[in-house]
Amino acid sequence: MTPLPDKNCTAFTDALFNPNARPPDGLKAWHNGPVAKRFAVYRNNVVVGLIDALAERFPVCLRLVGAAFFRAMAKSFVRASPPRSPILAEYGDDFPEFIATFDPTRELPYLADVARLEWAIGRAYHATDATPLPLEAVRAIPANALGDAIFTLHPSVQIVSSHFPILSIWSTNAFDIAVQEVSLERGEDVLVLRPDLEVEAYLLPPGGFSFIAALIKGETVSAASSTDPLDLPACLGLLFSTAAITAIAA
Amino acid sequence: MTDLKKQSAIMIAAAFAAALSAVDDASAAKGDQEKCYGVSLKGKNDCAAGPGTTCAGSATKDYQGDAWKYVAKGTCASITTPKGKGSLEPIASK
Repeated sequence: MTPLPDKNCTAFTDALFNPNARPPDGLKAWHNGPVAKRFAVYRNNVVVGLIDALAERFPVCLRLVGAAFFRAMAKSFVRASPPRSPILAEYGDDFPEFIATFDPTRELPYLADVARLEWAIGRAYHATDATPLPLEAVRAIPANALGDAIFTLHPSVQIVSSHFPILSIWSTNAFDIAVQEVSLERGEDVLVLRPDLEVEAYLLPPGGFSFIAALIKGETVSAASSTDPLDLPACLGLLFSTAAITAIAA
Repeated sequence: MTDLKKQSAIMIAAAFAAALSAVDDASAAKGDQEKCYGVSLKGKNDCAAGPGTTCAGSATKDYQGDAWKYVAKGTCASITTPKGKGSLEPIASK
């Protein structure tokens, strides 16, 4: 095989994502057939493959808008944001942001946040395994040292905050054959994690998003608790019951 | 320790105690059952695994008509806004 004259393949990838571009120089088709036609088949398969990847990664968004809308939106995204990594599982991190600015979705303002939740679910799935901390270790800490304790959270822990009820929208669309009605009046913050083999998603209590965000930054329990309003017992209870903590330094 | 710090330490200790006992109560009540709140993605990990777990390169013909003509036809209508039902009227063609 003759090496392509275009060393970094920029002309090749540009042609790949621009349907109006001529095929890149240096290509030859089987049996000296028409290069443009063969390249168009390849280009089509690349784009369709990426759209399929997004459809699998964002199944609730797909259900919310239907396949035709989703695929057309995904195609616009693929053209605008080709993969930057060879790892297909990492493709789509900026798809939620794309949805937020995509004009045809402006009457579906929650869609981008639902996409952010789905992205978090995928990230949690692919995160490193870690062993949760037994609660005995928490019980062993003297009461007066609890405020200065620093938690290490499970690597799969993700938090998503929204002005829309994204967990309710997501759960009925992920699980129910007939989708339940969801009122848009309240926002929902969500904890996503995969303590063992399954990804789980939980509604965060008041203040939970800020509290966990501070813990992730390495702040002490006391410093993280400065947010108001905060239901601290509920937040701690959720972290304990979901096995979200892997280490504690007191 | 200042009074304020003391107060905060007491509050935090109380929160830990309440949270730990709530977790104990919950595990005593549910035994081997699944978690009783939240939403588990049980059986849904194939979805969560996402791309890369299947071959996504089939030769579907993807028509490249680029004029935006699609209208959301999914389940958006089940979402109600304070103004009323979610609208699925031609989102794009306005």
